[in-house]
Amino acid sequence: MAGQSRDAAIVGIHEYPSRDVEGRVNALQIKAASAAKALADAGLTWSDVDAIYDAGEGGTMSGLMISEYFGIKPTVMDTTGVGGSSYEFHAAHALRAIREGKAKVALLTYGSTAHSNAMAIGAGGRGGGISPGDNMETFAGQTLIANYAMVAQRHMYQYGTTSEQLAEISTATRFHAMRNPEAVQAMTDLDFVDIQETTIEDVVNSRMIADPLHLLECCMVSDGGGAVVIASADVAADCKKSPVWILGTGEATKYPKNGADITTSAGAQSAPIAFAEAGVSPAEMDIAMIYDSFSITVLALLEDLGFCAKGEGGAWVEGGRLRFDRPNDGPALNTDGGGLSSNHPGMRGIFLLLEATRQLRGESTSQVADARLAIAHGNGGMLGARHSAASVILGRD
Amino acid sequence: MSVSNAEKKAPSRPLPKLNELDTGEFWQATANKEFRYQQCANCGTIMWYPRAHCTGCVDGDLRWKVSAGKGTIYSFSVVRLSYHPFFRTKVPYAVAYVDLDEGPRFLTNVTGIDDPLTDVHVGQCVELAWEEHDELCIPLVRPA
Repeated sequence: MAGQSRDAAIVGIHEYPSRDVEGRVNALQIKAASAAKALADAGLTWSDVDAIYDAGEGGTMSGLMISEYFGIKPTVMDTTGVGGSSYEFHAAHALRAIREGKAKVALLTYGSTAHSNAMAIGAGGRGGGISPGDNMETFAGQTLIANYAMVAQRHMYQYGTTSEQLAEISTATRFHAMRNPEAVQAMTDLDFVDIQETTIEDVVNSRMIADPLHLLECCMVSDGGGAVVIASADVAADCKKSPVWILGTGEATKYPKNGADITTSAGAQSAPIAFAEAGVSPAEMDIAMIYDSFSITVLALLEDLGFCAKGEGGAWVEGGRLRFDRPNDGPALNTDGGGLSSNHPGMRGIFLLLEATRQLRGESTSQVADARLAIAHGNGGMLGARHSAASVILGRD
Repeated sequence: MSVSNAEKKAPSRPLPKLNELDTGEFWQATANKEFRYQQCANCGTIMWYPRAHCTGCVDGDLRWKVSAGKGTIYSFSVVRLSYHPFFRTKVPYAVAYVDLDEGPRFLTNVTGIDDPLTDVHVGQCVELAWEEHDELCIPLVRPA
């Protein structure tokens, strides 16, 4: 890997354990509690933080608000807010700020009480915004799930993809979730029925939510949060845990366009940028942390990230190859249980970085032996309409 | 015509704002059941959704045109679960991206069918079916 830069690394992580806080804490408290533990995980403290990254839970002045709340004095501030992909954007921006010498310790946090608030992320209305796009679309009653479902419908039409193939995503993530005590607790707290490994038949026989997506192809709506600390190489050298290097990043956006192919996402643009910077290929990935809002999200993204050709994802995922115990078949998918079976408080991107880091540290509950390289790919917004995506390639020493 | 209390209180379809600055002109024209779209006289770009500026060139000259109202379904989904006060009363219903023959791809519902679970298909030929409201009409589609 000649020429691969190792300028910034994830040195501290924390995943907030509860998915149902029952109103006892709020989103900002989840952020702060996670930040403190992530800093402690790295052997750092509040005063070491000189760069803050925030996706806006604190409102329009979130960067200022959260700095005061944490009691930090950052000299780099970034409030990029692009939904679930925000944290992959933040990691990319933190790498650049650290590489430029503008920062040494970057802090990313997330907190949400979507479940406690009974916030209907997936099946609710689209809100009453008056952006011009909304003004053209709100009348149709397209739920978020229906938008993703239209990608699946088109994928089936163009490539012959089947519901059984899409179900592979759900069964693999549930297989991993059952090995993760926090995921099992989450499903318990959120009143899942049948908290057990699932079969393809279980998934395709579950209730249809928006054709062709079934209940078990949709992520949960949970509470939760977490934090990530990213540090420069000199700081990382003195941290408690082994560094997980950010080797490459890529960012992109996509939105509706006349005649465009909705089976291809912004990931097709962001991933090649990230792989090129990292000097590695998709085939070298041990771990694929891919935003699993829905089964189709992962299937389309596996293609877009280059694990297989566009349209071949259905056949590629068959036979359980995404499980952590099939290391010779390609990367293990979402080994924490994913948004489908561990947590989805609305913006899941931070958990992709957390579990990728756990894998590269050897700390996962579905550990891939000797995992060396991982991709975390966040997708925020609507896969079949407007969305942002960022790809982050991670590696260990 | 008398209106019962139940009808008065029934939740209604969320309607667009006629004064939204980019798209209001489109909606005002729907009162006459015209589906308008813009094309740039400078670079030829067909715009969707409507905007005040051309996304194809920086010296755009957008002109309104009227669609003949024919198109095909690019993709669709049948919504079985909605928490919206109006749409929850309408499930199951079909949402679809429709490619008009002139180019614009718009989001809408499919009407004029017996069963959305069996009567909607990718590639299906459709035509505009206007749903009338007080100051505007909503462009739905039905099988052509």
